[in-house]
Amino acid sequence: MSTLQRDPREQVRVLNEEGRVVDGATVPALDDDRMVEMYRNMKLARHFDQRAVSLQRQGRMGTYPPLSGQEGAQVGSAMALDETDWMVPSYREHGAAYARGLKLHQTLRYWMGDERGNELRDLNIFPVAVPIATQVLHASGLAWASKLKGERKAFMCYFGDGATSEGDFHEGLNFAGVFDVPAVFFCNNNQWAISVPRERQTASETISQKAVAYGFEGVQVDGMDPLAVYKVAREAVEKAKREDPEELRPTLIEAVQYRFGAHTTADDPSVYRDDDEVERWKAKDPIPRLESYLYEQGVLDQERIDAIQESVEEEVADAIETAESFERPEPAEIFAHVYDGMPKRLEQQMQYLEQLRERHGDEELLE
Amino acid sequence: MSQQQQQSTQNLTLVQAVRDGLYGEMERDDDVIVLGEDVGKNGGVFRATQGLYDEFGEQRVIDTPLAESGIVGTSVGMAAYGLKPVAEMQFMGFIYPAFDQIISHAARLRTRSRGRFSCPLVVRAPYGGGIRAPEHHSESKEAFFAHEPGLKVVIPSTPYDTKGLLASAIRDPDPVIFLEPKLIYRAFREEVPDETYTVPIGEAATRREGDDVSVFTWGAMTRPTMEAADHLAEGEGIECDVVDLRTLSPIDDEAILESFKKTGRAVVVHEAPKTGGLAGEITATIQEEALLYQKAPVKRVTGFDTPFPLYALEDYYLPEAARIADGIRETYEF
Repeated sequence: MSTLQRDPREQVRVLNEEGRVVDGATVPALDDDRMVEMYRNMKLARHFDQRAVSLQRQGRMGTYPPLSGQEGAQVGSAMALDETDWMVPSYREHGAAYARGLKLHQTLRYWMGDERGNELRDLNIFPVAVPIATQVLHASGLAWASKLKGERKAFMCYFGDGATSEGDFHEGLNFAGVFDVPAVFFCNNNQWAISVPRERQTASETISQKAVAYGFEGVQVDGMDPLAVYKVAREAVEKAKREDPEELRPTLIEAVQYRFGAHTTADDPSVYRDDDEVERWKAKDPIPRLESYLYEQGVLDQERIDAIQESVEEEVADAIETAESFERPEPAEIFAHVYDGMPKRLEQQMQYLEQLRERHGDEELLE
Repeated sequence: MSQQQQQSTQNLTLVQAVRDGLYGEMERDDDVIVLGEDVGKNGGVFRATQGLYDEFGEQRVIDTPLAESGIVGTSVGMAAYGLKPVAEMQFMGFIYPAFDQIISHAARLRTRSRGRFSCPLVVRAPYGGGIRAPEHHSESKEAFFAHEPGLKVVIPSTPYDTKGLLASAIRDPDPVIFLEPKLIYRAFREEVPDETYTVPIGEAATRREGDDVSVFTWGAMTRPTMEAADHLAEGEGIECDVVDLRTLSPIDDEAILESFKKTGRAVVVHEAPKTGGLAGEITATIQEEALLYQKAPVKRVTGFDTPFPLYALEDYYLPEAARIADGIRETYEF
């Protein structure tokens, strides 16, 4: 019986909070290098996140959505994709995108207000969009088009628990089921949609059980256990690419997790949730869990752990330096990509902006 | 014109030209697909997709679940992935659930990805009043979409233009809102070439030449406007220059200004509500660009700033020839 074929209210787990394999669970078949890569990706995501929040606090970056606590779900799921598969992210998937090859300086650049950071050329990652749940429909459409073209690719779509209340979540999963498209719907249930708790989004016992209504499988997984996440995500990816008259391709995965920090740097979570709750979830931190497991397995030792930490810090520092060294885009960029060919009115407005700059100089104009 | 006469043609209504245009584009490009509610076996509630399902099959003519946001949102994904979806909204009054997908995604995807992804999507919707329909079957909300950068908005008024503009819309690399004046879906016929052809987006057409008053309009309002213009010419010697804009975004400023500079007087006719309607935009353009040619205030003959009434009263709402003629006369006599 596959991991997916179970009661959607039963949570899939591989590692317990101490990083030991839970009774009856099988560890996914990842070789040591991939295990270490998973660990390093998570360490990097955490360090990147802490530095990004700090940059925002120092006024070096705008509003930023932190991910700490969610590294296991992001990295475990992203690593389950094959090279040619696609990721359709929400705006918080910095760790998942990194695991798929996106450079950190690109992510920083985007959150520093430069659209060039969202260009993602040559990567199978759909651009970040800020509206909630709308990307669920894009994922269904992308996967549908891929199927119509006769390809065998999976499309992993990320969204949060709040997104499941939106109509587009329903329509996206409904279309995916009706047209049997190769999509995996990955819900990062981090318990809070800004200040509104998971219980206020739905009276369903779980989010994963909603899949039943769309005719395909739903599975709940410990989202702070990267090995369990990898396992269910990998099975869902494989199923998405399998033509089977008995079984619909899509899967809804609910990865139960917690964001340790704020929704974005613009809110203060202490206003709406208790410190006790945060501490309880911190005991499930995905990073020490995988670290303990790999340590026990003899894959990691202290020296290796320290070396990884050092390399992660260096990579993030370099990315910040690169991102901060980019020149501000040319103001004409505002007009450059609105249409394939620029309409006359846009041309005139672009010229007007240039005239303003010439007349006043940027310093006076931007005062 | 002589070249057109040599081609084989069919005498088609406007809705038949929609169907013929879809057929031609689907035949010429396998990436073109049609999706929406009842567009498949049923051939569309207005028969705009009749026969396409039998011809191209269920992979390309797709009956979807009843969900406008779902239709447009999945179409955005399909367009980004290289297909050319033509999504039908059954009536413009039902387009609102898809508004977020059109505005936040179809219109923004090119900018958001700096040109990596485009959204070659056409959203077709029958629009406008006068067909004795229930509520939300008569809306004319082109201004919502013309206001949004990244979209193009096209409204044909003749069968020939319908086929050619629809071909341009489908071949356009950017999203096009294609609004079909359902009041005149079957009002008259016109010779339409069998072959595919394009009518360029962004170009207005002069329907009648005159030196006294410029009248700017589009869609179903072209008919009562022409009626009023003919009546004024015959009875009162007022000669109107009637310009059918055909595209509302990007709007043909040159055609508007060229006509206005000739007449110095303008009336704008649309069935959409007055406030925030595109007549205001056209008026402002004339003020900005051609003030010194102006002989009279620009007149707006439009629908009222009310919800579209149920059909017992819709004839009072919609501008018709007498109201349009009054507007033209007042402008001429100012």
